Amino acid sequence: MTKIISKAGSYNQKVVKCFKNPKNYGQIKNPDGVGEVGNPVCGDVMKLYIKVAKNKKGEEIVKDIKFETFGCVAAIATSSILTQIAKGKTLKEALKIDNKKIIKSLGGLPPIKVHCSVLAANALKKAIGDYYSRNDSKKNE
Amino acid sequence: MSKNIYLDYASTTPVDPRVVKAMLPFFSKKFGNTMSLHSFGQEAQQVLEESRIVVADLMKAEPNEIVFTGSATESNNLALKGIAFANKSKGKHIIISSIEHDCIIESSKWLEKQGFEITKLPVDQYGLINPEDIKKSIKKETILVSIIHGSNEIGTIQPIEQIGKICREKGVCFHTDASQSFGKIPIDVKKMNIDLLSASSHKMYGPKGIACLFVKEGTKIEPILHGGGQELRLRSSTINVSGIVGFAQACRICQKEIQKEGKKMIKLRDKLISVVLKKIPNSYLNGHPKKRLPNNANFRFDFIEGESIVIQLDLLGIAVSTGSACSSAKLEPSHVLLATGLKHEQAHGSLRVSLGRWTTKKDINYFLKVLPLIIKKLRKISPFKKND
Repeated sequence: MTKIISKAGSYNQKVVKCFKNPKNYGQIKNPDGVGEVGNPVCGDVMKLYIKVAKNKKGEEIVKDIKFETFGCVAAIATSSILTQIAKGKTLKEALKIDNKKIIKSLGGLPPIKVHCSVLAANALKKAIGDYYSRNDSKKNE
Repeated sequence: MSKNIYLDYASTTPVDPRVVKAMLPFFSKKFGNTMSLHSFGQEAQQVLEESRIVVADLMKAEPNEIVFTGSATESNNLALKGIAFANKSKGKHIIISSIEHDCIIESSKWLEKQGFEITKLPVDQYGLINPEDIKKSIKKETILVSIIHGSNEIGTIQPIEQIGKICREKGVCFHTDASQSFGKIPIDVKKMNIDLLSASSHKMYGPKGIACLFVKEGTKIEPILHGGGQELRLRSSTINVSGIVGFAQACRICQKEIQKEGKKMIKLRDKLISVVLKKIPNSYLNGHPKKRLPNNANFRFDFIEGESIVIQLDLLGIAVSTGSACSSAKLEPSHVLLATGLKHEQAHGSLRVSLGRWTTKKDINYFLKVLPLIIKKLRKISPFKKND
């Protein structure tokens, strides 16, 4: 028999672990991009902060990433795993992270919680988008 | 070391060992069918009637006014649909509150589809109904008023006696869902002018799968289960003798311990409430501060979400529940919390803590030690507020 760590609406052990000990939460001072998604009325709000740098090849990478999340177990777990996946990736690679990738990294999510992974993926896209638009406006100055 | 602290007695209770003991002979030894003429059947029939007296006693009813059912949901369905269909020639108007249990709300919706008219009365910020609203809403076509006694979520106790008096004066049938209050606070169906009352065994240390509906003698009601005609023809089904024996034994224990247990529970509950509100900033009590079930506390914490709190506590071995949308299959926050005027985002941060027969001071102290840490941790992750 599998040991029930927490029934928690049938979350698996990986999800519970990510929720219990989330990585990369908090704010980044002077971030290069911020992405906020969700709505407190619905019960989920995610805010992602990114710091961008260049690697040796001169490509832009996610040098640092942090999250703040208001929401359920799945919302916090998907935020945490997303920051772990995205950290160190080039922006191009990071933009390709979709909710399927997030779910896979967590070993699955209850169907009713899939929307949390969509939110997390969108938060990252929004943060990178914010970075690009800030840069564009700098260039135009 | 992992703890094992159950603070979700409003959801269900463990069966009292004294109840289990009383039930045991009725599985393999005294297994008869009450409808049989032989001695096996007559023994079952006798114990059924003895049990009926005990359950009736705890609500000051007559034994022939108790109908055993399979669940409080069934009792509530029988009350609403049974009264509706038996009295539709008189009228098709039914009054309920906006904080009823889902089984009342859903039964009402179904009756609406069958052509009945439902009035859902609002509650104030504490979850209290204004009896005057009932008085004003009753019209010539009104056939039933159904108001929950003690709220399963926020614990608020309604002025049932006053509501019953209004209904009696107006000649309208009055039903109350007492699933959470029966066995915990004294009930007198005569004094409270109650015509129908639902009570459940598994909320009061009896087994699951057994409940009852009190139907005042002379009440016009139709059955929803047709068959062998058991339970005064109101609920056909083979009698669940072991369950009924357990339910009756649970009532006997409550009868004896209701005062003492109530006092103990109120003391623990009030300590719990005062310490949580004092220790945790931006925390609030849902429901009425005084007019509430002895074992219920319901809190709300700003900036965080209830499911996260429940699971953090579960990981530390403490079982509680929440009215947050994220924990429900519908992804909608509790209609009860919304009815008290809370916004969606406020309802998300709710936590119900319900105490019971085996809750100790030590349990509450441990809960009070870890809860502030969990709230602090989750707020640290939240984008809304820093440094509580």
